[in-house]
Amino acid sequence: MALLQISEPGMSTAPHQHRLAAGIDLGTTNSLVASVRNGIAVVINDEGGHALLPSVVRYVPAGEPVVGYAAQACQSLDPHNTVISVKRFMGRGLKDIKEAANLPYHFVDAPGMVQIKTAAGIRNPVEVSADILRVLRDRAERALGDKLTGVVITVPAYFDDAQRQATKDAAQLAGLNVLRLLNEPTAAAIAYGLDNGSEGVYAVYDLGGGTFDISILRLSRGVFEVLATNGDSALGGDDFDQRIFCWVLEQAKFPELTAEDTRMLLGKARDAKESLTEHREVNITALLASGETIDVILTAGEFNDITSSLVNKTLAPTRKALRDAGLSTNEIKGVVMVGGSTRMPRIQSAVAEFFGQTPLTNLDPDKVVALGAAIQANVLAGNRAEEEWLLLDVTPLSLGIETMGGLAEKIIPRNTTIPVARAQEFTTYKDGQTAMSIHVVQGERELVSDCRSLARFELRGIPPMVAGAARIRVTLQVDADGLLSVSAEELKSGVQAAITVKPTYGLADEDITRMLQAGFAYAKDDMQMRALQEARVDAERLLDATQTAIAENGTDLLSAAELDRIAAAMNTLRQLIQTDDAHAIKDAADALNHATGDFAARRMDNSVKQALSGQRLDTI
Amino acid sequence: MEFDFNRNHFELFGLPVAFDLDAALLESAYRQLQGQVHPDKYAHLSDAEKRASMQWSSRVNEAYQTLKSPLDRAVYLLQLNGIDALAQSNTQLPMDFLMQQIEWREAIQEAARSSDLTALQRVEREIAAQTQAWRERLSVELDRQHNLEAATATVRQLKFVDKITAEIDDTYAILDN
Repeated sequence: MALLQISEPGMSTAPHQHRLAAGIDLGTTNSLVASVRNGIAVVINDEGGHALLPSVVRYVPAGEPVVGYAAQACQSLDPHNTVISVKRFMGRGLKDIKEAANLPYHFVDAPGMVQIKTAAGIRNPVEVSADILRVLRDRAERALGDKLTGVVITVPAYFDDAQRQATKDAAQLAGLNVLRLLNEPTAAAIAYGLDNGSEGVYAVYDLGGGTFDISILRLSRGVFEVLATNGDSALGGDDFDQRIFCWVLEQAKFPELTAEDTRMLLGKARDAKESLTEHREVNITALLASGETIDVILTAGEFNDITSSLVNKTLAPTRKALRDAGLSTNEIKGVVMVGGSTRMPRIQSAVAEFFGQTPLTNLDPDKVVALGAAIQANVLAGNRAEEEWLLLDVTPLSLGIETMGGLAEKIIPRNTTIPVARAQEFTTYKDGQTAMSIHVVQGERELVSDCRSLARFELRGIPPMVAGAARIRVTLQVDADGLLSVSAEELKSGVQAAITVKPTYGLADEDITRMLQAGFAYAKDDMQMRALQEARVDAERLLDATQTAIAENGTDLLSAAELDRIAAAMNTLRQLIQTDDAHAIKDAADALNHATGDFAARRMDNSVKQALSGQRLDTI
Repeated sequence: MEFDFNRNHFELFGLPVAFDLDAALLESAYRQLQGQVHPDKYAHLSDAEKRASMQWSSRVNEAYQTLKSPLDRAVYLLQLNGIDALAQSNTQLPMDFLMQQIEWREAIQEAARSSDLTALQRVEREIAAQTQAWRERLSVELDRQHNLEAATATVRQLKFVDKITAEIDDTYAILDN
């Protein structure tokens, strides 16, 4: 039995198993999945040989949603039920979506995130994204031949907390274990840096279909350190299409348009934009539902004129990022171009002019993010890479708390290296006050009303004291995914007051549960089967993790009695996995988690000591 | 011996408790430590390990950021000596210092009004030079003279200048748009 081997010093457990992991680039226009196979990161194609999966989902009255090229082909035939660029709606309310009036959807303004009424029922952006992720998961599992242990999903660096949480929720809904949310430019830097063995400060200019990021990174001796990041999470290739669309309408003297016409013309606008990468001019023709025809010629010069303000909108954040990094353009060793929109010649020349050097385009701008994510996923899953590296990323936006007068007090400034925890103390302003309302916001502006509201909660049960006597410490914690959690306590009385965090945007856990259930409402057995499978997968993962930890330093850090206790908890769990009782499996997993709590803390201490002493503990 | 989570920032990186600091040594100690505790090393392990790693990694980041910034480092050193340098009740600022502040503020506002980038850069350079002088003074006050009272006064002035630097950043952002 494996457990007996553990107690023998120097002996390792079963040979290290390769854990299947993938990197997913969940893009506005296209999505991809990649994985490290035989030591090399590769994009996994679909059965037709396509690397890209158009991020388009069509909902039909009965049956599975259609995702990808087939859905894209129907986008102007069935615009109300075919959702494109759903990434722009992630973590957003209806009032956040400026272009809502021009979109063909039947929006439902729900508290928190916007929803869309489709032929298959009401869907929120998390569900639509999960439908895309499921297709990529299936593609990867079919190609790799087994279930994925975990995935890294990329997000724009400038995504705020609500957008990140929505992305993680979508992955959970699609049955994926998220090892990490990774910033897109950082993923690109990993793929680029490891490929080229680069050292020095690089800028990653990432203009995708719907988002823009600029990151300044320092690459040195196995460390990828993000110095600053900035961007615009509502600026991308879509906006260039929109400008062409508006120009065409102007040329055609504003004809009446149906929703189908609008979608069709936007598609033509995108084709025209892509064509202008190679040609000096492009002919745009269309037949409208009314019978009216459109036939106009757009020259590259005209295109540059109507989109110049968009190009400038990318340069302002670029300047800000450089200033935050304390650098000038001549200190940048190279500029890596990422995202399909960087193929536009005008973008390339603007970036070249700004940085005074030709940008690097030797990696496919559509694939580089997914490849970087795959490389990182492989490492995070516990498969040792040839060389180890350390990734130090930052939080893109400042986090603060509302104070008197509707002002935001910044607690964690933008570009702070994550993970980060910072506490701030507040006090009561009335005698005998027993509750306090705390409002967490994200953004750079001074007024709370100009920032994004992330969470509001009440701290109750403060013992009555005179005004100003209570000391309430609020701690903001941002984890390595860039996700926020908040806790609060009253220090003077020692009373740990309970708090509930209500996300202003995004979905509560109950929503996720409801969506998970809704998908299987027609078959109760399916639901139970799924719960059982999930419990088993989680339990296997925990057993694997515990086994790894014990093999590394179980004998050094645990007494024989402690080892026995953990071994017993592992055995119980192993036996229960064979049964069909999801609840019992979960309880046993919780028990094992509990039994290893101290061990985990000791392992951390041990790691810290090793780092300080610069040598392995067991050689001391 | 259990590792003490509460040991001070300097001890955490194995550095002497002093204002003068070897930046390269700090950075290499930081990287070595973060390489051990960073959540990326624990992503495949149990929730308990992930949580412990997040706490440690946050702690290491906080210590590094504090020691890296000369102002924060000085504030922290004073704090270790039981002095809250930034408390409201602390000493008055000298008049000539306040006059200098007003001058700088007016220059920044004037540069913003006339969209004069060169003028803004001029103020920024002037402040940077002055900041350097203050840092050198702090080194003498904290490490050589152990004059905590004088150091507290200097720290308070530096904090003011820090705020003005933030105003310059905001002005650059306005001039950009």
